[in-house]
Amino acid sequence: MSKMVSVQRQAMVPERDAGKSPILECIGLGIDFGGLTAVDEINLTIGRTEIAGLIGPNGAGKTTVFNLLTKVYQPTRGTILLNGIDTHGMSTVQVNQAGIARTFQNIRLFSALSVEDNVKIGLHNQLPYSMWEGVFRLPRYWKREKEAHEKAMELLSIFDMQDMAKYRAGSLPYGAQRRLEIVRALATNPGILLLDEPAAGMNPSETAELMYNIRKIRDMFHIAIMLIEHDMNLVMGICEGICVLNYGKVIAKGAPAEIQANPAVIEAYLGKKKEA
Amino acid sequence: MKKSTLRLSAPAKNKIFTYGLVIAAYIILRILISGGAVNASLQGMLVPICAYVVMALSLNLTVGILGELSLGHAGFMSVGAFSGVVFAIAMQDAIPSAPLRLALSMAVGAAFAALAGVLVGIPVLRLKGDYLAIVTLAFGEIIKSLINNMYIGIDDAGMHFKLLEAPALTGGKMIIKGPMGISSIAKLSSFTAGFILVLIALFVILNLIQSRSGRAIMALRDNRIAAESVGIGVTKYKLMAFVTSAALAGSAGTLYAMNYTTIVANKFDFNTSILILVFVVLGGLGNMWGSIIAATALTILPEALRQFSDYRMLVYAIVLILVMLATNNPTIKGFFGKLFHKRPAGEEGAAQ
Repeated sequence: MSKMVSVQRQAMVPERDAGKSPILECIGLGIDFGGLTAVDEINLTIGRTEIAGLIGPNGAGKTTVFNLLTKVYQPTRGTILLNGIDTHGMSTVQVNQAGIARTFQNIRLFSALSVEDNVKIGLHNQLPYSMWEGVFRLPRYWKREKEAHEKAMELLSIFDMQDMAKYRAGSLPYGAQRRLEIVRALATNPGILLLDEPAAGMNPSETAELMYNIRKIRDMFHIAIMLIEHDMNLVMGICEGICVLNYGKVIAKGAPAEIQANPAVIEAYLGKKKEA
Repeated sequence: MKKSTLRLSAPAKNKIFTYGLVIAAYIILRILISGGAVNASLQGMLVPICAYVVMALSLNLTVGILGELSLGHAGFMSVGAFSGVVFAIAMQDAIPSAPLRLALSMAVGAAFAALAGVLVGIPVLRLKGDYLAIVTLAFGEIIKSLINNMYIGIDDAGMHFKLLEAPALTGGKMIIKGPMGISSIAKLSSFTAGFILVLIALFVILNLIQSRSGRAIMALRDNRIAAESVGIGVTKYKLMAFVTSAALAGSAGTLYAMNYTTIVANKFDFNTSILILVFVVLGGLGNMWGSIIAATALTILPEALRQFSDYRMLVYAIVLILVMLATNNPTIKGFFGKLFHKRPAGEEGAAQ
């Protein structure tokens, strides 16, 4: 049921992605909760290997945008194109299979399961076999489980977490839980990874390591990454394009330097200078 | 930062321990029976114990692994019991071998219970929240009323089915006689058959848990939104666990019914459903060997308390409360925790 829709390019995609079609496009995206318009008129374009930032004051609607992109909420208005395919009417499961993976602001791990199992659940659709093959331990079970174990260990090694594979996910330290969420999202083989406040609760050295790792993930997997973050050092340090939301609307878009100089952004964050 | 201690997740040791527990219990009981050390009343309880163990295991799959509450598990047992016995009686002449007839009857019982599971599960498991508890509660009552008013007979023309009154038969015989249920059942169940069914239930459940599908089911239990975000279809996996659970309950029902000469629908009422839920809660959610021990102990307990005569159920309730308190006591829990989850030395600080 997917149709190709062509739209005019928005000049936000970084240079190296200029020739290619964008991974994600939003056109006039908006949602109402009852009579309240939470976000409206969101127009975004994310390049194939772009690291993009979504920032704004508290309550600006950043996480709502993520929830719209991943279909936790169905948009009231507008179109989301993923890989040029209209995601209208798709469920969370379907958009994940189409290539969006995410992490959550309030960590949502499968906390009673082991770290390795968390990653294997991310690999669920990558290495399929049926329930009966699993129950009766048929050859494909052994083959796929071996592949899943190797793949899970390989993914965990990105964050040097192989040693934690056997532990309960819920018992990990906070920072490791955030990293595990990223690994689990990567396991679904996405085209774009949405990170909701990945540096929340991290100290400066952990944040620096995270910045390095976000770039590493982009370069290793050649995927786009979009992140919501309040840590401006991180956002300005790694994002190539930044979108600023306030009261559910885009107030500025552009490269980090442009955003830092934008009067509307400064006003949204610091308030308006009072006239004497 | 939140202070946390690293803990090993459900070890595979548990699996070997669970199988070992069942096989050891079977061998010990076999030796005791052949030595004449087991009295008749306990021997008569061996098949019901096996049936209740399978019921507890299957309900643990729904409650402990899937994380949905079912209050009508006896309904599936009932469906399995009646469909299995009807099949066994109808096939009495066609299949002379008793063990084969029992095995096929259990398969039929499992199939009908699974079908009931699909019918209940498809509309309900799509909903968020505790609707399954309410619907299964109603399901158990509906099945009870339905079988209480159902008449099935067999003659040369084949099976006859009628509600509220007995169908006219030319020769032949009645199988289900409404509220009088099924009488003159050939006793096919045996302790060995029950033991094999427990092993099959364990095999299916433990292998399911440690596979791709089982991980998906537990992911839905732990965090539905996160599970959807990594591409796990909710309805498919909830239904898979629920129907597997129903099918196992159905075969346990057949085993149970074939141990008696008469079976009535009122046996599988709300109290039975709650009893099975008590086994599961007492044994620990998601803990299979716990379910086995709890089901066994709580089936024997009322018999063992016969000496208290009139105060039997009072003592039963007190024992239940004491065990619940003891299993939730942090000191005792910590003791058993240390016993079963030994941490590798020095690992605790390493990952901080």
